[in-house]
Amino acid sequence: MASKVIHAIYNDDDVLLLAVKQVREARYHIGEIYTPFPVHGLDKAMGLAPTRLAITSFLYGVVGLVVSIWMMQFIMIEDWPQDIGGKPSFSFLQNMPAFVPIMFELTVFFAAHLMVITFYMRSKLWPFKIAENPDVRTTDDKFLMEVDAANLNVDDLSDFLYKTGASEIKIIDNK
Amino acid sequence: MYTLSSKLKLTAIIFVIVGAIGLVIGFLQAPSDLDDVREMLAAEEHHAEPAESTLVEADFAKAEHDMLLEDEAATHGEEGAASHDDEHLEHTLHQLQNKPWAAVYVAAFFFFMISLGVLAFYAVQYAAQAGWSPVLFRVMEAITAYLVPGGIILFVLLVLSGMHMNHLFIWMDPEVVENDAIIRNKSSYLNVPFFLIRAAIYLGGWFIFRHFLVRNSRRLDEATDNYYFKKNFKLAAGFLVFFIVSESMMSWDWIMSLDPHWFSTLFGWYVFASLFVSGITVIALISIYLKSRGYLPFVNDSHIHDLAKFMFGMSIFWTYLWFSQFMLIWYSNIPEEVVYFISRIENYSLPFFGMVALNFIFPLLMLMNSDYKRVNWFVVLTGIVILVGHYVNVFVMIMPATVGESWFIGLPEISAVLLFAGLFIFVVFNALSKAPLLAKRNPFIKESEHFHY
Repeated sequence: MASKVIHAIYNDDDVLLLAVKQVREARYHIGEIYTPFPVHGLDKAMGLAPTRLAITSFLYGVVGLVVSIWMMQFIMIEDWPQDIGGKPSFSFLQNMPAFVPIMFELTVFFAAHLMVITFYMRSKLWPFKIAENPDVRTTDDKFLMEVDAANLNVDDLSDFLYKTGASEIKIIDNK
Repeated sequence: MYTLSSKLKLTAIIFVIVGAIGLVIGFLQAPSDLDDVREMLAAEEHHAEPAESTLVEADFAKAEHDMLLEDEAATHGEEGAASHDDEHLEHTLHQLQNKPWAAVYVAAFFFFMISLGVLAFYAVQYAAQAGWSPVLFRVMEAITAYLVPGGIILFVLLVLSGMHMNHLFIWMDPEVVENDAIIRNKSSYLNVPFFLIRAAIYLGGWFIFRHFLVRNSRRLDEATDNYYFKKNFKLAAGFLVFFIVSESMMSWDWIMSLDPHWFSTLFGWYVFASLFVSGITVIALISIYLKSRGYLPFVNDSHIHDLAKFMFGMSIFWTYLWFSQFMLIWYSNIPEEVVYFISRIENYSLPFFGMVALNFIFPLLMLMNSDYKRVNWFVVLTGIVILVGHYVNVFVMIMPATVGESWFIGLPEISAVLLFAGLFIFVVFNALSKAPLLAKRNPFIKESEHFHY
């Protein structure tokens, strides 16, 4: 049997935020919310877990630092310790100031790019991906809340959502 | 209203007294003539130091001497070993005589630069019309109260140097200037009267701007319109223009001219970064202290978070300038510039590289996490480390030129810090009790009270 979801459309982000609070208090399950722009505080209201993207970025930065140190230690000190303009290539530490710009840039490069790629992978974004938008107006000026109606009385739920300020309510059969 | 607790007052007074006694002892212990130095060095040799190391030290001192006084170096060979010995002793005598003076100078400048940094930060907040910081304005105003006594003490120290009470600034010594073409060519800028006039202009300018900024802020409390706020906005913008010019010249005069053979173009910024981050750190520490005593109920974790972000960012900014200055000189390795870093790496390697750990690596790792910036004891711990690091920074800027290889963080250094710390605490907390801790009619005060990050 196909499960049902209700799409409640709101006109205003303040109304949406209040509605989210009420829906959560009434212990209905919010599947997804589509908004045209970031609504400040929506993640807190929905009770979403904080992102760990910053932690991954730190770790990627450490990887970049290690890569740059290893690379220059091998190339400049171990493989061919040439005298280039009198720079002391006897050990990594002695010639380190000259390597710092590269160490810095590679740290930033790894931290930034790998974090962005992580973001794309985690949010499943790529070129030619088919958009998952339930209603085109949510990219312009409408806010859409998707509520599970699996084993619930659909009439009660839509009544409730109507009272929270929804301007449109649609019942959708999930395939 | 804040009332100065008797405990704090007593602590400050004890600091001042203990520091003053220690300093007097430090001045008395300084050798007065060559015989004293000979005895001191002999006693040192007796103690534990192997003869070899003193030999190396003497050689290095001689090499440095040769470098500094090129003209005299030519006559060295003729005079023989006996005069070498005497010259070395005289060199050491000057260093040891400078030691207590330099200790006072470092501590006096360190605490002065904190209040100057806070004044700059305060003016930035006004000029940028920041919405988060007005609840902290009274704390900042109180810290800048130290500007006047601290500045006067510094000025007196500079006058004493000009009167040849010490040998901190070698370009003030006519004998040195006579034999040194490089300094002689700079004497149109580096001469005592002009030096003191410049110092008076910087200090006078800062005092005046500080006076009017604080007065307008107090008057705004009683006002019925935003007249004084607008006035302060313009005043702060004007101050920042004056400040960046005068601060840059102040750093050439008061610090860079200790090494009159050396110059660096980003030195003013480097000193600025140091005083700015120390100032912000002290704002955070005093705010957290007052908050813990219940005097700042309107300051929340988000304000501390913002201050910690500034501490973090400015620590990295300081490191950026420190490294840029060091790396450019290290890379090109031009002898006339690189002696500055050679003397620091040879004789001051622990403080010179240790301060990078204290001022960069420690705050970088401690304050990177957003949650940690809201934990007060974390911010306090990092703040103390940053302050110690920037004291060492000032120490490494001033000491190599004044006491050279005879440095040690001993009685005079610690006493001087205690003396000025006591004075700083007394002046700042006394100023805190002079006005309500919440600025009343600032147009951004509501936003600031509800500031949430």
